[in-house]
Amino acid sequence: MRLENTGIAGTLESSDVMVTVKPNPASGIDIQIESSVIAQYGDEMRETVKSVMQEFDITDAVVELQDKGAMDCVLRARAETAVCRALGVGFNWKGEDGK
Amino acid sequence: MEHKTSLKRTGLYVSGTNPVNMIQASFYNEDCMIFDMEDSVPLAEKDAARLLIYRMLRDHRPVGKYIIIRVNGIYSEYIDEDLEAAVRAKPDAIRIPKVEYENEVKMIDEKITRIEKEAGIEEGSIELWCNIESYLGVLNAYEIASASPRVVALALGAEDFTASMKAQRTKSGQEIFYARNAVLMACRKAGVEAIDAVFSDINDVEGLKADTALTKNLGFDGKTIVHPRQIDVVNSFFTPSVKEIKYAQRVLEAVEEGKRLKKGAVTLDGGMIDKPMELRALTTLAQARAAGIKV
Repeated sequence: MRLENTGIAGTLESSDVMVTVKPNPASGIDIQIESSVIAQYGDEMRETVKSVMQEFDITDAVVELQDKGAMDCVLRARAETAVCRALGVGFNWKGEDGK
Repeated sequence: MEHKTSLKRTGLYVSGTNPVNMIQASFYNEDCMIFDMEDSVPLAEKDAARLLIYRMLRDHRPVGKYIIIRVNGIYSEYIDEDLEAAVRAKPDAIRIPKVEYENEVKMIDEKITRIEKEAGIEEGSIELWCNIESYLGVLNAYEIASASPRVVALALGAEDFTASMKAQRTKSGQEIFYARNAVLMACRKAGVEAIDAVFSDINDVEGLKADTALTKNLGFDGKTIVHPRQIDVVNSFFTPSVKEIKYAQRVLEAVEEGKRLKKGAVTLDGGMIDKPMELRALTTLAQARAAGIKV
């Protein structure tokens, strides 16, 4: 899927993360992280974001994370919401069946 | 279902917007966590709340809690997608706001069944709590409670109910006294649990105690709460005291003794024990066991 617009989800409150997804035409996935635990969890956060991009078949995007100590499931939820908002689509709930 | 607990003394609302509240709430003593997609979620955040609740419950489901998801209203534009998310999150129950008619329960039941089939979830495994929040809901409470085998509880919502009655909401709750009793009787007839309304002044502990004493004495099984500081107060009213447990044990011992001796009438401390007393004693001991007391 090709991103044409920016999508934002999440907050800057404790245990949350604000995810911004922007178009990045023909330039791959560029993940930028601001987090006090980047040394411990930066790799995991990148993997989660990449996995969400794969889920939506997005190959080019700038993804900015402003992390306030979010758990992985929170990051996934926020990234999925941001992508849905950027694409202007609802989440594909049927795609969760069997996972 | 494996996660279920049988106690429903306290049901704490947790907003679907807020990860930290979800995490913290799992460490409190409430029996039921109600993940909210409705009133606590701004319109622009409904999509985010669905995904947050879904991911949280799939990956970090709180242990030892009865998990409920409150979806948006039956006629709202959000209900279908809320149900898609809520059913797949596999809560113990889905809580439906402002139910007024039996056919509304049937409609929701059919939608849940379809999603359960699609998602490979055991059909009928997700229970329903129906919020009774208007005079129509009160008048039709028994039909609502018996509309589907999924319905396991009715929960009175006092604020909307009083608004529907053009009544003033007061701390003493005289304006909801009839509704409380009507909902309770419907629940007892239908064999489902009765959950009382919120006491919304979180700073008034004495008021909460008085309100919960009434809740307990009328016969409710639990109460919805809006703040963690209300948990221990409400739980304490629904946990039998040592005196109550001992009395219940004596009642049941006397009943057993009467059966053994083939007595027609059984007495304790000079008074006759009837069937309702025996049922109350059984309920007291069941509540004590559910609260972790060895009896």
